[in-house]
Amino acid sequence: MPILNDIKEILTGLSITFRHIFRKPVTVQFPEERRAMPERFRGSIVLTRDPDGAERCVACYLCSGACPVDCISMAAAEGENGLRYAAWFRINFSRCILCGMCAEACPTLAIQMSPEMFHCKRQVIDMVYEKEDLLIDGTGKDPNYNFYRHAGTGVVQPRGHGAGEQAPADPRSLLP
Amino acid sequence: MTWTATDIALMLGKIVLLYAIILTGAAYLVLAERRILGFLQDRIGPNRVGPFGLLQPLADVIKMITKEDMIPKAADRLLFSMAPAMAAIPAILTFAIIPVGAPLQIFGRQVNLQIADLNVGVLFFMALSSVAVYGVALGGWASNSKYALLGSIRGLSQLISYELSMGLSLVPVVMLAKSLSLADIVNAQADMPFIVYQPVAFVIFLVSILAECRRIPFDLPEAEGELVAGFHTEYSGMRFGLFFVGEYINIISLSSLASLFFLGGWRGPLLPPILWFFIKVGLFSFLFIWVRGTLPRLRYDQLMHLGWKFLTPLALLNILVTGWWLALR
Repeated sequence: MPILNDIKEILTGLSITFRHIFRKPVTVQFPEERRAMPERFRGSIVLTRDPDGAERCVACYLCSGACPVDCISMAAAEGENGLRYAAWFRINFSRCILCGMCAEACPTLAIQMSPEMFHCKRQVIDMVYEKEDLLIDGTGKDPNYNFYRHAGTGVVQPRGHGAGEQAPADPRSLLP
Repeated sequence: MTWTATDIALMLGKIVLLYAIILTGAAYLVLAERRILGFLQDRIGPNRVGPFGLLQPLADVIKMITKEDMIPKAADRLLFSMAPAMAAIPAILTFAIIPVGAPLQIFGRQVNLQIADLNVGVLFFMALSSVAVYGVALGGWASNSKYALLGSIRGLSQLISYELSMGLSLVPVVMLAKSLSLADIVNAQADMPFIVYQPVAFVIFLVSILAECRRIPFDLPEAEGELVAGFHTEYSGMRFGLFFVGEYINIISLSSLASLFFLGGWRGPLLPPILWFFIKVGLFSFLFIWVRGTLPRLRYDQLMHLGWKFLTPLALLNILVTGWWLALR
């Protein structure tokens, strides 16, 4: 009797769905509850510091060059000790596709992907993050790495302070 | 019987009360369906508006009313605007004959918890359930859209395949109760509900009312995924809402009828009659939602095969057997 088999199948289906009523829902109610993302999740981008608390970023532009959507921009500057740093550093998260290429390109491990994943703003301009918004107080994924300890500093005195050396020209004042 | 002012006031009171109850009931059935379907699928369902999402129906109504009410250019305007009412009114009218509880004694007068005890109650219900399909048929036709037309054609062909078996499955009930009045049918189940004598008729009726409601697994006139939304593809705003509310009122009224015909209506031990009635209706409504969350949609040739080649002969056989049994008893 195929009909008995059909009835059995229907009842099996009904019993399976009935059992699911009492199961814990898999829903995560987003703004209140948040899933803990895996450590290597490619979420929002941060700028980390080295173990001594100094900025790791040396403004080499590699991240900005690697970025396929051109969302990273910065201006390099040189400190008193001749070390480079970013005068300003800007990521436009409304363009960022979280591909992680900037983090791969970074020679100093300054720019890293964090597991945080919520960029939700009312205004598009609020999606543009400045250096202050990006810098975090931690070392990120590699806690002991310090670029200058491996590479050395190379510059022993500030530019223009050596014997027989002139102060660097300001390119902006040389414009015709 | 002459009507006094008290009688008229009492009748109006009952009508208003019933209206309020079924419309709220239908609104909350929508919420219940969404939540229970959510639980069936390991989700939570709408729980944002108010505590446990209890104000969700209100939010839905506000959304429906404030939406743009569009009528397609090529539509038949008169029929297009009438069709949602034609779907909802028969569903509401069915409640006129449903006894929701035992007759009450208030200030020495007997108050039936039923708006009209028609002596042809079963026929009235059958007639209304046939009229209800006009909402689908005309709504689909008046939209002047191919999907809507296909949906309404399916609705009609579905009607002729289940209506017969539904009517035939009620014949043994009428034979046992020796009356077409719903109050008498409930009274005839004083010592034993008819489901005990008529399990086959009960199953046939259950399958038929699933088809009557046009719900999964028999939601061929709507069939989202094949026909967009079937007969109400072109409807928006509160007109769509009326189709929707009509469907859920239909669920409640058919659940009430199933419990009246086979489970003894408001009869039950210990608890007050009205509570028993609501429990039974709730159980049937839950069954509707549960089946929707479980079964896939039938093809329409399968539905017709089921209706014509299986349910109708089975119902006829059931009538025959019931007749023999009643004659030889």
